[in-house]
Amino acid sequence: MSSVTLPDAAGHFGIFGGRYVPETLMSALEELTAEYERAQRDPAFQEELRYYLTEYVGRPTPLYHAARLTDTLGGARIYLKREDLNHTGAHKINNTIGQILLTKRMGKPRVIAETGAGQHGVATATVAALFGFECDVYMGTEDMERQALNVFRMRLMGARVIGVESGSRTLKDALNEALRDWATNVRHTHYIIGSVAGPHPFPMLVRDFQSIIGREARAQILEKEGRLPEALIACVGGGSNAIGLFHSFLEDASVRMIGVEGAGFGLHSQHAATLGKGAPGVLHGSMSYLLQDEHGQVQVAHSISAGLDYPGVGPEHSYLKETGRAEYTSATDDEALDALQLLSRTEGIIPALESAHAVAHAMKLAPVMRKDQVIIIGLSGRGDKDVQSVAKYLEKRGQGSGIRGQEKQ
Amino acid sequence: MNRIAQTFDEALKNGRKALIPYITAGDPTLEMTKRLVVELAGRGADIIELGVPFSDPVADGPTIQRASLRALQAGTTLRAIVQTVAEIRQQARIPIVLMTYYNPIIAYGIPAFCWEAARAGVDGVIVPDLPPEEAGDLTAACREQGMASIFLVAPTSTVERIRLIDQHTTGFVYCVSLTGVTGARSRLAEGVEDFVSTVRAHTTHPLAIGFGIATPQHAAAAARLADGVIVGSAIIDVMERSPDADGLVTRVGEFVGSLREAF
Repeated sequence: MSSVTLPDAAGHFGIFGGRYVPETLMSALEELTAEYERAQRDPAFQEELRYYLTEYVGRPTPLYHAARLTDTLGGARIYLKREDLNHTGAHKINNTIGQILLTKRMGKPRVIAETGAGQHGVATATVAALFGFECDVYMGTEDMERQALNVFRMRLMGARVIGVESGSRTLKDALNEALRDWATNVRHTHYIIGSVAGPHPFPMLVRDFQSIIGREARAQILEKEGRLPEALIACVGGGSNAIGLFHSFLEDASVRMIGVEGAGFGLHSQHAATLGKGAPGVLHGSMSYLLQDEHGQVQVAHSISAGLDYPGVGPEHSYLKETGRAEYTSATDDEALDALQLLSRTEGIIPALESAHAVAHAMKLAPVMRKDQVIIIGLSGRGDKDVQSVAKYLEKRGQGSGIRGQEKQ
Repeated sequence: MNRIAQTFDEALKNGRKALIPYITAGDPTLEMTKRLVVELAGRGADIIELGVPFSDPVADGPTIQRASLRALQAGTTLRAIVQTVAEIRQQARIPIVLMTYYNPIIAYGIPAFCWEAARAGVDGVIVPDLPPEEAGDLTAACREQGMASIFLVAPTSTVERIRLIDQHTTGFVYCVSLTGVTGARSRLAEGVEDFVSTVRAHTTHPLAIGFGIATPQHAAAAARLADGVIVGSAIIDVMERSPDADGLVTRVGEFVGSLREAF
């Protein structure tokens, strides 16, 4: 079976994916799958989706030639797929618009979401406000601290942000708590999962909603360059923006697909490199790579980026790793900070810490490529939400406020 | 017939319902787990459900989450629990089922786990995050070793799913009394009568009701509907209120005794 037609009817990508959830949720997943299939065949749904993506989200996003970054790195020509220019500042809204329209079709009045960096929580709160749904967002208290700005944005739009104190108080624990809420309120609540993770059909439907990123990017690069790129680079936490960028290029064998995980303090220390250092297992409803100990207990991930700070990964990425169609590497916290500063100074674009991991890998790859070769970086989000924690980290690193201008005074 | 089915069979013949207390293995230590199992067997329990602690227990409410955390902090592993069951077998014959999330079994290795668990004297497994659709490997390995693999139905299960679960389960069908996670509730879930009678109409196995049952009164009401009653979080609540180890064993024993007397 070609990977473009996966998953199979039961949600499997090879051995990965599937549905590993309490029985209480199984009927809701069957209902969601059936509704999604009807919606896909319904021109009215497709038209409504197109309308909101265009008029509200602001698509298509530009594929921008980062000329100064290209010159600075001195190799391959670099393009940025500007998902940071979407309404709410990240790719997450591509998915939440799609899922809120599905929720409307299913007649459920309430939505819940988990969030790490807060971008998915904001994107969910946004569409809940847009369509008048009740909205509760689960967020680890550690992340609420790191992403205080996004907590305020969600509340401003009428969502309730529920702090999660259990476990590592990050994304993994927010997902646990959202699943418990869903099991309790499943009759009138839809769970808008924010990544290509979770039980079937989520990895498939979130991918489908996000694959507009790659569809646009493929058409745009063909128009600008008259040919396909040599490489795609995207960061991978759960992996929704990476799958979104990769998917339209799956059958273009000449295009390398590179996912960049959070290497945290380094791969021999604390990190979030699930595909790099994990092993297959079951967490949050699907079989996929997982950071775990020898007894199958899930380990706490670490990344400077709250959105990559997750010990699991979407099952389709596990499949693409196993088949070798995509490559997975990682960038450390420090490398991401360097990349964030480089892009800010050369292009006037402050990337999210998540997206900075993709830029960090481009800094290694572009210089060893020829000038006539092309890289597309998935710039999944903007960095406004991160500036406070970046300032703190740079301070710790002895870069003062990290702002060069100030040092010259 | 495995010992779980036998237990229900005998109970039914004697006109009584099965009492199935749950405790989390290793909470607070595996030594205590041994003492508790022996105590519960002496207090009229018919089957013991031993919870395997997991880092991410999505089907569990705060009480069992805390128990899991305590057990993990004490270094409890699935291997050590299997070993503990073997030690319990020197003192008690009561059927034991392990309630475990799927990932610890995957990490153990499915065939190795089933082989070693069966030899240790484990009679069955309940895996709350493993619906029958994904359970082929585990049920086959359980069957080979003569262990029961017990599946759950929920109030949200369709009739098609209830039938599917009945086809796959061995021993009994675990009826989740409420739409939600484990944890003691102030009353039995609304609509539980209709739910259980729907399940009864579409199944062939004995039914046991669990989730939310907190008091002897709840247990008695549940026992009128089904063939067995599972009580978990309420027992852990009793443990958490106990001042010391000896007091803990006595209090849990008395509580389970009071459940037994209620039906």
